[in-house]
Amino acid sequence: MEIFGIPHQAFLGQLLLGLVNGAFYAMLSLGLAVIFGLLGVVNFAHGALYMLGAFAAWIMLDKFGINYWFALVLAPLAVGAFGVVIERLFLKHLYKLDPLYGLLLTFGLALIVEGVFRELYGASGQTYPVPELLAGATNLGFMVLPNYRAWVVAVSLAVCLGTWFIIERTRLGAYLRAGTENAALVQTFGINVPMMVMLTYGAGAALAALAGVLAAPIIQVNPLMGSNLIIVVFAVVVIGGMGSILGSVVTGLALGLVEGMTRVFYPEASNIVVFVVMVLVLMVRPAGLFGKEA
Amino acid sequence: MTKPRRTQAANTTRITYLALLTLLLVAPVIGLYPVFVMKLLCFGLFACAFNLLLGFTGLLSFGHAAFFGSAAYVTGWFVKAQGWTPEMAILAGTVGAGLIGLVVGLVAIRRQGIYFAMITLAIAQMVYFFCLQAPFTGGEDGLQGVPRGNLFGMLSLQSDNAMYYFVVAVFVLCFLFISRIVNSPFGQVLKMIRENEPRAISLGYQVDRYKLLAFVLSAALAGLAGSLKTLVMGFATLSDVHWSMSGEVILMTLLGGVGTFFGPVMGAGIVISLQNLLADKVGSWVTVIIGVIFVLCVLAFRKGVVGELQAFRERRSAAAQAGSKQA
Repeated sequence: MEIFGIPHQAFLGQLLLGLVNGAFYAMLSLGLAVIFGLLGVVNFAHGALYMLGAFAAWIMLDKFGINYWFALVLAPLAVGAFGVVIERLFLKHLYKLDPLYGLLLTFGLALIVEGVFRELYGASGQTYPVPELLAGATNLGFMVLPNYRAWVVAVSLAVCLGTWFIIERTRLGAYLRAGTENAALVQTFGINVPMMVMLTYGAGAALAALAGVLAAPIIQVNPLMGSNLIIVVFAVVVIGGMGSILGSVVTGLALGLVEGMTRVFYPEASNIVVFVVMVLVLMVRPAGLFGKEA
Repeated sequence: MTKPRRTQAANTTRITYLALLTLLLVAPVIGLYPVFVMKLLCFGLFACAFNLLLGFTGLLSFGHAAFFGSAAYVTGWFVKAQGWTPEMAILAGTVGAGLIGLVVGLVAIRRQGIYFAMITLAIAQMVYFFCLQAPFTGGEDGLQGVPRGNLFGMLSLQSDNAMYYFVVAVFVLCFLFISRIVNSPFGQVLKMIRENEPRAISLGYQVDRYKLLAFVLSAALAGLAGSLKTLVMGFATLSDVHWSMSGEVILMTLLGGVGTFFGPVMGAGIVISLQNLLADKVGSWVTVIIGVIFVLCVLAFRKGVVGELQAFRERRSAAAQAGSKQA
């Protein structure tokens, strides 16, 4: 059986790969959107935090024998705490300034974190085994589905849905959204806005780390895994419309698929197709697909 | 009261520049390693070109490596594979970078601030992947062993000293050109856009055209810097076009002083010196040190070295003025 002249196994395989990549794009750009929405900071360190998540999981297993399931919780907590420290030490001094300073500061932080890990672990990758429970693959009849990849897509969809629910449908989310509109006003209602901001950055960092833990068994854990991804994620955010949560998730998944399809039909362009889409979208809708005209 | 003081400041600046120029001219004689100074000048020019955009127009491009690097490749390829003379190859690199700048600019100026930065970054990444895969760039190896050739087909640049004075001449001309741009009516409009874009629009200026022209000029000059660098060092590689190079030029400008004339050159000097001094001593900790400087600049020294010096001088003269009034 062939689809568009491509053997259907290869076609569906790339489709799945695209979906998995899209799930990572969605989770990472979601974290960026949440942080940008509330703090007005473009978190260039997001890729480094993602890398930290993967390394945290690897170190936990390698040094302490903590298995995947605990790492799935512990690594995001640890990186989230690190995010809180970053916010307290650095970012909180920049809120009154041009948002470009936030971008530059987090860029510097990313250089530091990646530099340290490259010095400690070298540029080559570390392998992280797929957890036993999710090893193997399921034969769906029309294709063989690796269990772990299915799990990644499921988890990231659940996380995206959960984040969307918290921000759009709960009281906490209402405070967050109000805080982005008018921090001073929200503060007069007795809500601790600086604390909220701090925890938001922590939560964004934890989201990035969770994506890192999920990625660890699929790719080689290496110090540059974040910086390779972050620019694509930036493009996703620009296409989706900065700060739009729905936009991040939908665009992330869609672009993963587009990339996967490009790899089937014209592999040379698969690295740049996301940026091509970005340029095309900007021509038509400068604010992004889901963005509000600023 | 203020007028003679201002001329005094202008005089000091002029004397400083003359002293620096003299130092540049005698540098090889007094034993400074010419290749190091040339590298410094190339990156100084790159930072000045970048500063034209960030410092004087208020646009933060996170993709300037695309212009620097693609021009480096173009020049390298024309000299090595086509046997062009250096000045023609540099021209080709500069024009090529300007054209890429035109395309990137047309897309990027549709958005402002953060978005502008992210769009330039993303498009620059396209250029990076193009350079990685295109047949004439040598892929991972880059272009190695690019000869310097003969200037105008006659004057050999093979010796470091000949090349050195060529680079100094180009650098000084470009530096003067940039200050001419900034001090022209066109430059005044750019500064107005930086300070208050809505007002510039309401005064009837076609803001997008000014921004685009500034972007193209900056891209072309960045390309010129990249072309020169290829001839000086004899190679063009992926690191010239990688986004970390875009970050580096931002750091140079920020460290020296955004919106000052000499700041970017000084910033480039500090960063290049640090890299040269530390590379064999601390290995890849250099990245970490660069990152720390970045963070410190953003947190504490947003005006940069030259900017802080200027602010200090202004504070002091203001204090002196207040003192003389009291007396």
